[in-house]
Order: sequence, then structure tokens, then C-alpha cells
Amino acid sequence: MSIAPLPVPALTVQHLTVAYTRAPVLWDVSWTAPPNGLVAIVGPNGAGKSTLLKAVLDLVPRLSREVRLFGLTLDQARRRIGYLPQRASVDWDFPATALQVVAQGRYPRVGWLRPLPRAERERARAALAEVGMAEFADRQIGQLSGGQQQRVFLARALALEADLYLMDEPFAGVDAATERAIVEVLRRLAAEGRTVIAVHHDLATAPQYFDHVLLLNVRAIAAGPMASTFTAENLARTYGGRLSLLERAVAAAQAGTRPAPPP
Amino acid sequence: MTQFLQLDLAAMLAATFACLVCGLIGNLLLLTRQSLLGDAISHAVLPGIVLGFWVSGSRAAPPLVAGAMLAAVAAALLIALLRRLTRLEAGAAMGVVFSGFFALGIVLIEVSGAHAVDLDVDCVLYGQLEALIWPAASGPGSLLDPAALAEFPAETTTLAVVLLLTLALLAAFWKELRLACFDPDFAQAIGFAPRRMSLLVLVLVSVACVAAFWAVGSILVIAALVAPAAIARLLTDDYATQFGLSAVAAVAMGAGGYWVAALAPAAFGLGHGLNAAGMIAVVAGVLLAVAWAAGPFGRRRRLALAGGSD
Repeated sequence: MSIAPLPVPALTVQHLTVAYTRAPVLWDVSWTAPPNGLVAIVGPNGAGKSTLLKAVLDLVPRLSREVRLFGLTLDQARRRIGYLPQRASVDWDFPATALQVVAQGRYPRVGWLRPLPRAERERARAALAEVGMAEFADRQIGQLSGGQQQRVFLARALALEADLYLMDEPFAGVDAATERAIVEVLRRLAAEGRTVIAVHHDLATAPQYFDHVLLLNVRAIAAGPMASTFTAENLARTYGGRLSLLERAVAAAQAGTRPAPPP
Repeated sequence: MTQFLQLDLAAMLAATFACLVCGLIGNLLLLTRQSLLGDAISHAVLPGIVLGFWVSGSRAAPPLVAGAMLAAVAAALLIALLRRLTRLEAGAAMGVVFSGFFALGIVLIEVSGAHAVDLDVDCVLYGQLEALIWPAASGPGSLLDPAALAEFPAETTTLAVVLLLTLALLAAFWKELRLACFDPDFAQAIGFAPRRMSLLVLVLVSVACVAAFWAVGSILVIAALVAPAAIARLLTDDYATQFGLSAVAAVAMGAGGYWVAALAPAAFGLGHGLNAAGMIAVVAGVLLAVAWAAGPFGRRRRLALAGGSD
């Protein structure tokens, strides 16, 4: 009888602390992500959710850290990591087409100083088709809607063919059709055994879309499977006051519907 | 014809090459909304140029370019340091550093005795296109005559070399520069070192500033850096076309501006030529107005002509 090897966690951070000016944005966060599946990072504004992703990717200076991706350092694991930045982090007036942006996801496979080969461009086109954007390949990115821009970013991440995706608010400001399309893509990634860690704002949809959750507010409040972790008590500890609203959101989420808007 | 070859060809080519170098590099600044950084660097390189001149005792390009690069990198680091230490906004930090560097350069010109030779404040401010003459030319045949070509002004041939180098670097790092300009965070995440790319941009801008220095002077470098890219941006939404159109605009403003300044007055019976550097900037402004008026309508155009807020 052989013993199955322990699955390596896709991401482990230990004692991660980040401070921008004075007050820490993240304080001594230790967390191990599950080896696969869809993971939401949930917390109030300013809780350091985006900063956690950026710290893992070395995009912000860290005061202390220990980050392991598949048990490796970032440099060793870089080819297996995909990143989807916040849509608002770039200038969409930039003179580039949707296809040119998605093709950036193929750059690691092309390497430095080489023009993009035709085969890689076709892979980028296929990634664009996966998010239902094939007919917009040659459209300048500024002429796309917010949801379409988000899909272009998702296609670029897909083009990386990563095993672990770090996504910063993939659902921010998108229309319902785009939201459905993104969920579909995420589920497919999870079914292929990949891990997606996404910053997520909408408490109502978090339990529907994700299997695991990290509740974050500067410190890691709670982490684990959605069903046992995404409780009213833990949410209250994460968000502080505003309990009644939260309880409504959780109740609604458990009932599988969106909460009614506040009166 | 011979008179044109002797008096105007070298200067016209120098103006064109300088505008081309600056105009192409300017795209990288405009597209990252950093045009003001071009202004800052164009001023900040002055003390480096004077030091290069002082140390080498000549106007040969390599020491001046080296000095300019040092000064540009020092200024960029100082701006970053100032922002971190004082939490000033980027514009204020740049304003303090580049005006300080420029003033230091002016003082260095005075104390180094450089002005006694041929690096005086006037030529720093307005350029010295008019000094580029080719007396060895005796007719169109001189263009094929090695002996005459050997006497072609070194400034112009240096600018040609700088232009070729710039084109080579832009072509080699074409996709890397585009990625670093569009999304530096993603570039960093996939290991495409945007910091190294922004250092490359910084070096290219300082080279462009030195190049334009002789042609149009430090005040008007900013016109050469910003105008071609801004004109192109009003006409296209395509990255490659942006560079192509900016090159066309750079040639139009360099050669056209020189022609208006040096040749048109005689053609219209005016007794004296006009200042070439000034006319180049004026032509750039006119071209920009035409591009704005005639450019495609209905397209979203939020342009940060003078550089973005960050």
C-alpha cells in the first residue's frame, strides 16, 4: 500500500507584515491556501486584501515575510503563477488592441527580445475566445465596456496557463453577463485542478462562487472551507460593527439569493 | 544649391535627427503620462553636460552623454528620495529637483570657464543650429565625395548615430517597453522587469535630451519630446502607428521648422533669418493644432498633453 503524497499548498505566507507609510496594512498574516479550488479573500475596504496579493508577487515592499508558492520561492515558481490586476490599475486609453493585451500573457513563453511568433498570437486569440471576446480582438481597449475590459484581463491571465491565479477583484464593476462568464471560467480552472485566489467584495455571492475563504482585516481573522468559516460571527469579527446588515447578507447568501437592498 | 549644402544641409539634418530621437522617445513618456518627467530630465542633464565638457575639455559626444546620463539618473533618484522622505507630490518633487539641477548647471558654466570656449548660456538655452556649416561642400557631388564628407559637422553625424541606436533599442525592446508602459505590475509579476525598462527609458530620455541640446537648446527640448507623440496620439489608437506618425511629425517639425526659420525669410524678402529653435517649436505647435482640428472625431481623447497627474 502506498501513501499518497501530501498535496503541496499552492500558497503559504507566514508572518507577513506590510506598511506603506506608518500604520501597517497587513500585520503578521500567516495563512496556507488549499492545494486547489476557488478561494475568496474577503474583508472591508482597507483591510489589505489587494496588498496581500501584491506582497506575494513582490510588487510592494515587505517588512517581514515568508512566502512559498507550491513550496518554492517566487522566482522559482514564477512560470506557474498568474496575476490579474485590478482593472482600474492601468490606463485603458493606451493605444493597444484587446489581442495585443492578451498576448502579453504569452510573453513568458516567448522570452525577451523576440517578437511574438504567429503561433503564440493564435494562443492569445484562443484565450480571448474562451472569455467570449473573439470578435473584439482588434478593438482598441479604450473602446470596450468595463465588463469587456475585465474579460480581456481574464483572457490575458488564462494565456499564462498558470497553476495558481491571484486575481484582484475580478468581479469589480462588471455586468451580469460578464459575471456569469467569469464564474464559468473560474469553475473550469478549478475543475482542471488549478487554484484561484481572488479578492472578492460581494458578501452575497462569495459563498456561491468560492469553496474556501480567507477573512482578512489587516490580520488574518479566519480561514477555511466556506461552509464552516463564512459565519455571521466570523464576519462580525472581520467587519466590526454593521452587524445587522451582515447578518442579512449571510442569511441571504445561505438562502442562495441576493440580499434585499437596505430600506 | 551649393549655398544650401554649405550653410543649411548639416543644420537641417541635425534638427531633423534631434527631433526624431526626441519624438520617438517622447512616445514612451506620453503613453505613461510622464511627459513632465521629460521636462525635468531635459533640465536636470545640464550640470552633467557641463561636467562632461569640463572634464574632457571638448564637445565630443561620449563624455557629454555620460555626464548627462549620470545627472539624469541622479535627478531621478533624488526625486524618488524626496518623495519618500517628504511625501511631496510628484510634480513638486520634480519641480524642486530639476530647477535646482538646472541652476547648478548654469553656475557650473560660469565657474568652469566653459563659457569662455563655446558652451555659453545662450547656446544652452537656444541651441546652436546656425553654427553647423559644411564649408567643404562645393556642389551636389560633394555628397559622394569622401574628402568633403570627412569635413561634415561631427554634431550631425553623431546625431545620426544616436538616432540609429535609438531605433535599434526601440525595435529590440518593442514588446517589453510596451508591456512596461501599459501595466508595470503585470510585467513585474511575470518577470519582465519593468524597473529595468524604466531605467532604459530614463537613459534614452537623457540621451535624447543631449541630442536635442545642440539642435534646439534645453528650453525647447520639451517641445521635441512631447509634440510629435502628442500629435500622433490625436491621430491614431494604434501603438505602431503612434510611433510611425510621431516620426513623421518629428521630421516635419525639425526640417520644416528649420526651413521656415532659415530659408523662408529670404524667399519672402525678409532681410534676416529667424531663430531656428524657436521656429521648430512654433511649427510643432501649429502641427498639433492642425492634428487636433483635423484628427478623427468622436473618438475618446483624454490626453494628458502636459503629462498626467502622476
